[in-house]
Amino acid sequence: MDRYVYLDNNGTTRMADEVVSFIHDNDALYGNASSMHSIGRQASSGIDWARGEIASLIDGDKSGVVFTSGASESNNTVFSIFRDLIDEGEKRDRIVTTTVEHPATIETVKYLKAKGYRIDLCPVDRIGRVILSEMEKLIGDDTALVSVMLGNNETGTIQPVREIAAMAHAKGAYMHTDATQAIGKIPVSVKDLDVDYLSLSGHKFYGPKGVGVLYARPGVPLAPFVHGGHQEGGMRAGTYNNQAIFGIGKAAELARTSIKEEHDRLWAMREALRKGIEERIPDVVINGSNDESLCLPGTLNVSFPRAEGESILLYLDLEGIEVSTGSACATGSLEPSYVLLASGLPVEIAHGSVRFSFGRYNTMEDVDYVLEKLPPIIERIRNMSTRKA
Amino acid sequence: MASFMADWVYTDTVKDHFMNPRNLWKEGEDFEPDGVGEVGSLACGDQMRVGIQVENGRIKALRWLTYGCASAIASTSMMSEIAIGMTLEDAYHITPEKITDALGGLPEHKFHCSVLGDKALRAAIDDYLERNGIENKLKSSTAKVICECRGVTDQMIEDLVKNDKVRNFDELQEATGCCTACGKCRSRIMDELNEFLHIYGK
Repeated sequence: MDRYVYLDNNGTTRMADEVVSFIHDNDALYGNASSMHSIGRQASSGIDWARGEIASLIDGDKSGVVFTSGASESNNTVFSIFRDLIDEGEKRDRIVTTTVEHPATIETVKYLKAKGYRIDLCPVDRIGRVILSEMEKLIGDDTALVSVMLGNNETGTIQPVREIAAMAHAKGAYMHTDATQAIGKIPVSVKDLDVDYLSLSGHKFYGPKGVGVLYARPGVPLAPFVHGGHQEGGMRAGTYNNQAIFGIGKAAELARTSIKEEHDRLWAMREALRKGIEERIPDVVINGSNDESLCLPGTLNVSFPRAEGESILLYLDLEGIEVSTGSACATGSLEPSYVLLASGLPVEIAHGSVRFSFGRYNTMEDVDYVLEKLPPIIERIRNMSTRKA
Repeated sequence: MASFMADWVYTDTVKDHFMNPRNLWKEGEDFEPDGVGEVGSLACGDQMRVGIQVENGRIKALRWLTYGCASAIASTSMMSEIAIGMTLEDAYHITPEKITDALGGLPEHKFHCSVLGDKALRAAIDDYLERNGIENKLKSSTAKVICECRGVTDQMIEDLVKNDKVRNFDELQEATGCCTACGKCRSRIMDELNEFLHIYGK
């Protein structure tokens, strides 16, 4: 292979060099932030700094930042909070979310529904965007929580979270957004969006894996969810994970200070790849939106009818290009991407979907390389296919 | 810097057949098949078409097309190598296990949906026999009895599903009487039914 091109940044990102050296060089790394002695206090001040960086990044209150193991834990926790409230007799006993959420939400919803909780999934339109009129019908006086992701991991489609939050609040419900994919790609302000809870993960924006945040606006329902210590305001016990928390703090600082340039750079690469694919490969389907205001800048989801996604992924991998696919074969299930199917895509088109997701370490040369290698691969797979144009 | 070895997703044999598929049916190629068979569905994400040329009761040449993942492409390619030169009877008895073994194994979840080459080959042989007015004795020879009380075979279930005669368990029971005596076969019947519903995209 002539080049190594990582285009799976929505899956996970490479830790930024600045983050790696920040963790590596930090001399408070081994201190227990709960200890009163000097190294402990140094670690504590590092944790406090990181909490402040997260708060600045999302325009929130430092006291609302709870470090978790990642957005999956954060999402699970929000649903648990409301499950407990419902169990305790809360009159509002319905939760509303959407058909295109991340599995960390979708699977939690399935689990809760199986236990008898009332949860509705709002449908989406052809680009995977929530249909607001449908959302309005689902949110009622009995709604406890509305949970809608900010940017979709597969298609990049940005949801009208602010509008939905207004609907939720008008009916007296709380609003949660899973902002995992949006963080570091578009500006995110919990105040502008007017959300009560927000989830994010460090590894999606050049921080370490295994660390994330649950942001809970001060005053909203929140109860201890890991018992056994005073950490995280008593909400989540466990010795502070210094390296991860320092790392996510540094990543937050980088994201906050480079968001505008990063957004424009990612969008330019995404658009160059999209246009190049449309020029060079016949019969392709772009999934999601090509409107800059409706799509996360680094995400391009394309279907290649008559070619199957796993084959495309593996032929690209042999050329050093790493992508992901919504094909069933790659997911290990029998169904292709539920996100694409929920957006009304035919099954065959969903099987042939490939997601290219750009990040901080990609360049325009990567786009050129993909445009050189991809067309013959698609042609080759289509020539092998039982399905002809 | 420390690093780990990255194994490929599948065996080296699968990789070889994926990268260099054998006996592929190339567009515009001068290949007149004596029999053609097609199985699989787009819903499942895998579909195979097999064409065979027959001479003196043996498979002289075989060509195939596959819409599907790497293991689907590799397993059809491997099937073509195994089948060429075989008598129709031997070719008819190629099993998914034989293809999978020759590939050095496949992940469990890939086995059912992607190894369909043997079924496409049987369909091509059936087609050849039918085109030439030859009585098809092979078909019944590969049937497995699933419901012993009522003598219901996997092939009966396959035919009913393929030809849209049966869409669920109740209809299958109505059509065959399966599971109406001892009832022990119920879970196996369900497995077979679900697999064929899936394979034929019903």
